[in-house]
This record gives sequence, structure tokens and C-alpha cells, in this order.
Amino acid sequence: MATQIEPATQTDENAFRAEVQQFLADNFPAELKGQSNALAGVDGPTNETPTQTKWREAVGARGWGTPTWPKEYGGGGLTKAQAKIIDQEFAKAGAYNPIGGMGVMMFGPTLLEYGNEAQKQEHIPPICRGEIRWCQGYSEPNAGSDLANLQTFAEDKGDHYLVNGQKTWTSGGQWADKCFAIVRTDKSDKHRGISFMLIDMDTPGVEVRPITMISGTSPFCETFFTDVKVPKENLVGEEGQGWTIGKRLLQHERTNISGGGSLARLMGQSLGDIAKKYQPTGADGELADAVLRDKIADFEIRWNSFLLTARRAMEESKAAGGVSEISSVLKKLGTKLSQERSELLIEIRGLQGLGWEGDGFSDGELEAVRAWLFGKATTIYGGSTEIQNNIIAKRVLGMLDHQ
Amino acid sequence: MAVLNEEQEMLRDMAREWTVNESPVTEFRKVRASGEPEAFNRDAYATMAQMGWAGVIIPEEHGGSDFGFLSAGLVVEELGKTLTASPLVMNTVAASAIVLGGSDEQKAKWLPRLASGEAIATLAIDEGPSHDPAKIETSVSDGKLSGTKAFVHEAHGADLFVVAAKDGLYLVEKGDGVALTTRKLTDQRSHADVTFDGAAAERLANGGDSLLDDVLDRARVLTAAEMLGMAQQVFDDTLDYLKQRVQFNQVLASFQALQHRMADLFADLAQMRSAVEAGLQAVDGGFGVARAATIAKAEANRVMHKMANEGIQLHGGIGMTDEYDVGFYLKRARVLEASFGSSSWLKDRFSKLSGY
Repeated sequence: MATQIEPATQTDENAFRAEVQQFLADNFPAELKGQSNALAGVDGPTNETPTQTKWREAVGARGWGTPTWPKEYGGGGLTKAQAKIIDQEFAKAGAYNPIGGMGVMMFGPTLLEYGNEAQKQEHIPPICRGEIRWCQGYSEPNAGSDLANLQTFAEDKGDHYLVNGQKTWTSGGQWADKCFAIVRTDKSDKHRGISFMLIDMDTPGVEVRPITMISGTSPFCETFFTDVKVPKENLVGEEGQGWTIGKRLLQHERTNISGGGSLARLMGQSLGDIAKKYQPTGADGELADAVLRDKIADFEIRWNSFLLTARRAMEESKAAGGVSEISSVLKKLGTKLSQERSELLIEIRGLQGLGWEGDGFSDGELEAVRAWLFGKATTIYGGSTEIQNNIIAKRVLGMLDHQ
Repeated sequence: MAVLNEEQEMLRDMAREWTVNESPVTEFRKVRASGEPEAFNRDAYATMAQMGWAGVIIPEEHGGSDFGFLSAGLVVEELGKTLTASPLVMNTVAASAIVLGGSDEQKAKWLPRLASGEAIATLAIDEGPSHDPAKIETSVSDGKLSGTKAFVHEAHGADLFVVAAKDGLYLVEKGDGVALTTRKLTDQRSHADVTFDGAAAERLANGGDSLLDDVLDRARVLTAAEMLGMAQQVFDDTLDYLKQRVQFNQVLASFQALQHRMADLFADLAQMRSAVEAGLQAVDGGFGVARAATIAKAEANRVMHKMANEGIQLHGGIGMTDEYDVGFYLKRARVLEASFGSSSWLKDRFSKLSGY
């Protein structure tokens, strides 16, 4: 089953690898080694150090943060094989990709598919350079799992829409420059009355209030729109096409939530190794608590087969081109397993694994507690596990609508 | 499904066409009805061998095609779907023991015959009802092997046994000093306790200290491939049934409680397939085999167990009848789950391999 690589291709790949290595040597500041991309997340404000800015600009200028996106919009215009080389070489050098966030993970790929030329020219290059941050205007107080029930209304005013309503669970809303939103343009049709539009967060009438979560952090916001003027050119696709475009974007979101992006990092930390630091072991180095040992192995085996599934889905989708309904399976499995892992980590550490703040706990222990609590959201957002089950049953398995 | 090359796709398509047309579950019913302890159709096995399936992992110089374990797994998966009763899995694994550990002479003597179907080989490892390769009492002195092996798969049809003794693996031909006691299990296939009493034995001297583990890992991944086919078939049959059966004036498939259970099983099946294919690929690649094979069989055990139970429950009363096939899968499933590593044994091995 060895994949035969053509000698010519191999030479090209070696040359490209050398180019990436040279780029890293020239541009990656040693002081950033081992850091992660704080700006790519949704849980921190924009406060780059000058060194971080320099690194972001260097990568952005090449389009290497979005390596497979078209060159004419600021992407790298590279093949998947080349993108993989960038990943590998960055990892080897301890360098993070400074270009990220919702623009890269969800909005960019969707706009490339559905946006018009002017929209792509305007919005994609700043994403590739990591210059602006996007947030997602989807959920509403009465439109959670039943997302299509959204009521935020965009009234046609000739050259612009006048938007009124409320969004909620807006991740990173307090730090975002722009919002991609699905809003109602027609009250007479639940699904075809939805449109996809882009809203500047500094437009008069946009108000953002952070929500404090059980983890003690405020990664989500309520976003209020009061007579917000949105120019007509900010409509993506046709009026009424928003549900189709919005669902496509969710497939990208699910692929990311499932853990596809951070698998390698999580793989590095075997629960068994952690357990050996907190729990007694026998003379043979095995965990003395046979029940806990069995639980850990049971989890790690399933975690491994999930990682293998994520890899297999990626290989299979290469031919098919892009994300698919398998994203629902990955989202459902990945989020459940991540939660299980957090719970096991607490069981392994005992009360030492439930610290809230202060001395006596390591940073890693404290972070794990917050991650455990925040992780409860993963089976709720991005389409809850129950919604993923509906999608799998209806779209993949062809079981009939339960209504 | 793993990304396959052209030869592998052809092999799989051929296996699928043959099993569906020539070896549906009704053929297994005939084998069961015949009551023969060897429990397989000799003509059907001869046809399978003619199509090259008995030699998929055997080198070309010894009459095989050397396509590897992923390819063998594709055939075995299709056989599992229709519960085709044959010694193909055990023959393939036993042949791999000779490929890995045999001398040139042993290879030349046995591999062409195993590839052509002229002879059949099987594994005789465990000495009790639970898989435990660390507990082997069988011993050899002056080329004579003595000991009792429990629940040997395909013992009745086998001409050659690959036997685990304290100091390694041996080849023992059926004949003098070899006695079978039939053990009829719930899957109605061939199983026997085999007593070796000073039987002539030839050591598989190559392959190093890990030969037994290497052979067992091959047994694990190929058994897991059979279970994958079975689990897939139970899932497909159950889904079809839910789409047909009407209660409360609705097809069962329209009930959300059942939809979500099927979604769960679908996700489980995806994990099982990934683990099994990765196990087969690891054997072909020769890297991380122990770990990958452990994960493959553990996931096969977990998902097959659940799938068989859910298959019965979702079929309702009809699933309890002998007339319906789903019960056959349950009965074969448990036999395979217990063979070459139960779930608890595999988790223990995984912990050891991971250093905890």
C-alpha cells in the first residue's frame, strides 16, 4: 500500500521544503517558539506584541497561513501536499500559524464558494493577512437547535437593509470587527426567507454584551441590532439563499469543532502517563488501580479509533473535494470523547483536579478544570449532538422526517 | 473505506459479487443443516481458492499473489457479510506463520498447497476457553509435540496445525498422535479440542522471539475484518427493516428514538472500520503492528457486541426467530469476540503497550 511518489514530484517537494525552512530561519522569532496563536482563538482580545505582529505579517504576506486558498485573493495558491509540508516544518520549528480564527475556519471557505468577485476581493485578503476578526451571527434566544426559527429581520430600504433583532452565543463578539450573519428577509417562508449578510460591528446600533459562563470566562456574547444599516452589497448570494449558505458554513464549523485541528496536540498527552504521576503504581510500573487502568485503556482505544476516523475522512474527502456529511459523525464523536477525557482527567487527579484558582494548583491543572467546564458547550453549539443525530439519520441513512 | 488501488477494488468487487450470488446466508444454513463437523462447503472453498483468495498474503514465488493483509481483509469482510463458512481466515493466518517463521523448505512444501486450496492450515494456540498466550504448557522433545489445545477453529478441515509450544511455534500434520474432540459452539462452525500426543513436529525456527505475537496480531486483524463485514451487514439489514416495518401507521424509521440509535451505531461503525483498516494496513506496513492490531480487535469487539444486540432489539420479535438471519450474526459475534483476545484482555495489553 505504499504510495508511490513520482521522482520529479519528490524533487519539487524537497525544494519547497527547503524554501519553507529558509523562510522560518529568516522570519520566525526565536522568542515565539512554542507559543500558540492567541489571536486565532475567540477567547482573547487583540493585543499582539510587536514581535508577534511581525511574524503574522511575514506569514500573511506569503499567504502561507491559508496555504491552499487562491493566490489572487491573498492565499498561498499551494497544493495540499505543500500545505502539509508547511505544517510539518512549522511544527518542527515550534512555530505557530499566526493566521486563524473564524475567518479562516468557517467564513473564508464559504465566501470563496458563494461570494461574488467584489466580496472576495474585499474580504478574503484581510483574512489571509490575519488583519480582521470575524464573529458568527447565527443563534438567537428562540433559535438554538431550531436555527431556522431566527427572527432578526432585515428590512429592504432600497440601497440598504435595516436590521433589527438579537443574536446570542456570539463567540468573540466583543473583539470582532465584522459579523457574518443569517437574518430574515421574508417572514412568509421559514427556510427560504433567510439571507446571509455581512455586518460591520462598529455600525451604529450594534451593541455587544459578554455572557459569563460556568467556566468563569466570557467567550460568548449577546449581540443586539437596533436600526442597523447594512449596505446591499453585503448580501452574500441571493436573497433567500441564506439557509443553504449558512448550512454549508456549519459543515466547516463541525469539522473544526470535532478536534481535527488540535488532534496532534491532544495525542501527545497520554492519560496513562498523567495517571502515573497522580496514582500509585505497582513494581512493574502498572497503575495499581486496575479499574481506573481499564477505564483509561477503554477510553484511549476509542480515542485512537476516532483519530483514525478523522484521518480516514480527510483522505476520503480529498477525492470528493471538501467537507461532507461525515462532519456530523466527527463532531458527534469528537466532542463526546473530549468531554469523556476531561471527566477522566478529574477522576485521575481527584480533588487536585478540581481547583478553581490560587496556589496549590499547577497551571495545567487549573486550565483543565476550565476546559472541562467550557467543554460542556461543545455538544451543544455548532448543532447539538441531537441535531447531528437528526442529520445523520435523515441525510445519510435516509430515515424519514419524524415530524 | 480506505483509499484502494485498482487491484484491491477488483478483488473486493469480485468477492462482493461472489458472496452475494453464490454464498448468501442460505448457503450457511445448508452447511448448518448438513451437521458435518467440518462445517464448510468443500466445493465453495475450492472455488474461492481458484479465485486466488487463499493465497492473498502468500508470496508470488510460492503460488500466492502477495497482495497483503488489507487486500485479504477486503475479501474476508465480504465473507463476513454473508456468514460464509470457510477456513479462509485461519488458513491465511496459519500461512502467515510459515511466511514469517518457516525455512525455505517449509515454505516450498506448504505455501503453494495452502494457496491453491489443496491443503488447509489452522492455528492451535490457546489451552483454555479464554485467550491467554502467556499460559502455554504444550512442549516438544525430540521432535515430538504433546499438549492439548482448546477450541481450535477449523480443526476438522485442517491438514496442518500451527501449534504454540513453550519454546515457539511448530508445524504438526494431522495424523498419528493428533486427536480431535468436537466442541459444538453457538456459531455452528468447526471447533475442536485437539490433543497432541507425541505428534511429529517441525519448529518454525525463523521469525524471532516475537513470532507468536506477530502471528496472533494477524489473527486479530483478520478476525476483526470478518467482524467488520458482519457488523456492516447487521446495520444494513436493520436499517432496511426499520424502513419497511409499519406500526402506529408509520414506518419505524420515522421514529426519532430509533433514528438516534441508528445514528449512534453508524458512528460506532465508522470507528470500527477505521480501526480495522488501520490494523490491516499496519501489518502490511510492518510498523506499530501490536498497538494497531490491539485497537482493531478491541474496537471490533466493542462495536460488534453492541451491533448484534441492537440488531436483535431493533428487529423486535422477528429478530428472535431462527428464520431471520440477524440471530446468526449474534452467535458468531460472541465466538469471535472471545477469540484471540477478549475486550478486557485487549485493554490490558493496550495498557502494557502504552506503559501504564
